[in-house]
Amino acid sequence: MKVLVPVKRVIDYNVKVKVKADGTGVDLANVKMSMNPFDEISVEEAIRLKEAGIASEVVIVSIGEKKATDTIRNALAMGADRGILVTEDQGVDLEPLAVAKILAKVVEEEAPELVILGKQAIDNDMNATGQMLAALLGWGQATFASEVKIEDGKAVVTREVDGGLQTISVNLPAIVTTDLRLNEPRYASLPNIMKAKKKPLDEKTAADYGVDTTPRLTVVTTEEPTGRQAGIKVGSVDELIAKLKEGGLV
Amino acid sequence: MAVLLLAEVAGDTLAVDATAKAATAGAKLGDVTVLVCGPQAAADEAAKLDGVTKVLLADDAAYANGLAENLADLIVSLAGDYSHIIAPATTTGKNILPRVAALLDVMVITDVTEVVDADTFKRPVYAGNAVQTVKSTDATKVISFRTSTFDAAGSTGSAAVETVSGAGDKGLSAFVEDKVVESDRPELTSAKIVVSGGRGVGSEENFAIIEALADKLGAAVGASRAAVDSGFAPNDQQVGQTGKVVAPDLYIACGISGAIQHLAGMKDSKVIVAINKDEEAPIFQVADFGLVADLFDAVPELTEKL
Ligand SMILES: Cc1cc2nc3c(=O)[nH]c(=O)nc-3n(C[C@H](O)[C@H](O)[C@H](O)COP(=O)(O)OP(=O)(O)OC[C@H]3O[C@@H](n4cnc5c(N)ncnc54)[C@H](O)[C@@H]3O)c2cc1C
Ligand SMILES: Cc1cc2nc3c(=O)[nH]c(=O)nc-3n(C[C@H](O)[C@H](O)[C@H](O)COP(=O)(O)OP(=O)(O)OC[C@H]3O[C@@H](n4cnc5c(N)ncnc54)[C@H](O)[C@@H]3O)c2cc1C
Repeated sequence: MKVLVPVKRVIDYNVKVKVKADGTGVDLANVKMSMNPFDEISVEEAIRLKEAGIASEVVIVSIGEKKATDTIRNALAMGADRGILVTEDQGVDLEPLAVAKILAKVVEEEAPELVILGKQAIDNDMNATGQMLAALLGWGQATFASEVKIEDGKAVVTREVDGGLQTISVNLPAIVTTDLRLNEPRYASLPNIMKAKKKPLDEKTAADYGVDTTPRLTVVTTEEPTGRQAGIKVGSVDELIAKLKEGGLV
Repeated sequence: MAVLLLAEVAGDTLAVDATAKAATAGAKLGDVTVLVCGPQAAADEAAKLDGVTKVLLADDAAYANGLAENLADLIVSLAGDYSHIIAPATTTGKNILPRVAALLDVMVITDVTEVVDADTFKRPVYAGNAVQTVKSTDATKVISFRTSTFDAAGSTGSAAVETVSGAGDKGLSAFVEDKVVESDRPELTSAKIVVSGGRGVGSEENFAIIEALADKLGAAVGASRAAVDSGFAPNDQQVGQTGKVVAPDLYIACGISGAIQHLAGMKDSKVIVAINKDEEAPIFQVADFGLVADLFDAVPELTEKL
């Protein structure tokens, strides 16, 4: 079974982003970029499926600027087999609908039985691409996975939902999106980082797939959220209780 | 404008709070029709929500348990009549709406916190460190609303309930089981007070002191990702960018450092209290009242003296 893992290059989760003063977006110049943390979890899960003899090949795909090559190499260093970079030169990130349309074409070509995506990218927090891809392919979807078992042509997936955990089974081929507790991604070892440089990496352009990526949403402004000021330090539990009582909170 | 709102149904009952908050958001856009996938009683409950003009009831096993494939098709079959298709940004809404949007060939707009006009919405990005105003050019807008920023609609209405049916089970997925955490405490996203514990609490057993304070205050219990990952608390208690977003009147953070991902889920609380033994902890930068103390002393003392 072939597993396809789409990965996104995003601002590192440790970076506190700064909104540009003119409202046109956030300042991405010279900030550290990394693989979306949920995508590391997806790559790890795919590699574990391969190590367990369930997956035969793990293919990584990223859509974005040329620098996304680093992100793909990262995944290859973790243990994935080969990569596909789809460059688009719109100057902005593509919307999940456009990403899903391109991924649907990649799926057509690659014919994986399982596509594992992150539940959300930590930059735009849309939480949409996996579900959209499932819709376009007419496949079943198991989102927010904290456990994935492959058995009898099905993926049995435990999902993190608001009320607790839900287990569903979806027929393969299927889409899975990963949640935080699915696994702990490994670090790539130095020898594997070296090896990854020689693994195959195909380059395509969004135009090759003939997908219309015209944005449906225009970002009118990007603003700083209304801030919160630090309050006061209280010296004791008694003082805290007094303050809370004053505010009518307890 | 006509709005179709997918009601949140938990088990057999309407999740009134989440649905009522999304109804408030929907009413800013037009007449709200609520789609209830569940039993008649849940539909009757939805019919009472202020601003709701009609309820569509789909009482069919295929639509129970929130299976996205079946529900998305049902919604798409009804979509023609509506300019906006909306849901609360619960795990159910987040699972289903993007699928609906892709089937309609439109973009989804998730986690919306403010309606600017019928096409324009505000949503937080980058863990709430920026707020984007986005304008949609799509014919149908598919939107999930962050419930913590909308007040719940009242329950004085009496809309008509109509039955609808769809194509039923597509056979792509099947429900296996739910592990629902039963609790007598208020629900995290609607509670007036939330007491949260982080890695500093140290263990699942120690979490009892967080729960004791919560019970004294009639509060819900929350947790940081570190506390959930370490098994101190269940996943449904995670507050943050990738967990639940809460905005109670009072949020008490115990042994939580205040990482941006955690702040993203609680910084809109009216009053924030932080108890942390490290006076440099970033949580103090957002706390109205900070207490530098060992939580194992301060939390039980607080519980006792309240
Ligand atoms: C300041 C700013 C301005 C913007 N302006 C515009 C604009 O004017 N027009 C416009 O079209 N867009 C714009 N965007 C971008 C757009 O809003 C987002 O990129 C888009 O919504 C994607 O959402 P997401 O990354 O949160 O996807 P999610 O659905 O949260 O991503 C989930 C998963 O999908 C997969 N995935 C997502 N993207 C990729 C990818 N590129 N390659 C491979 N896998 C992927 C990954 O597995 C990921 O974990 C802007 C973004 C910013 C920050
Ligand atoms: C993709 C991604 C998504 C994430 N999503 C979320 C999310 O949704 N929610 C979330 O919370 N985090 C999230 N995180 C994790 C986040 O970055 C932090 O790691 C996490 O919030 C830290 O939890 P914590 O504050 O409990 O632990 P720590 O940062 O370890 O802080 C523990 C605190 O407890 C204090 N302490 C220790 N002992 C005591 C004591 N006896 N008395 C008083 N204080 C004490 C310490 O001084 C310290 O400040 C995410 C991270 C990533 C990468």
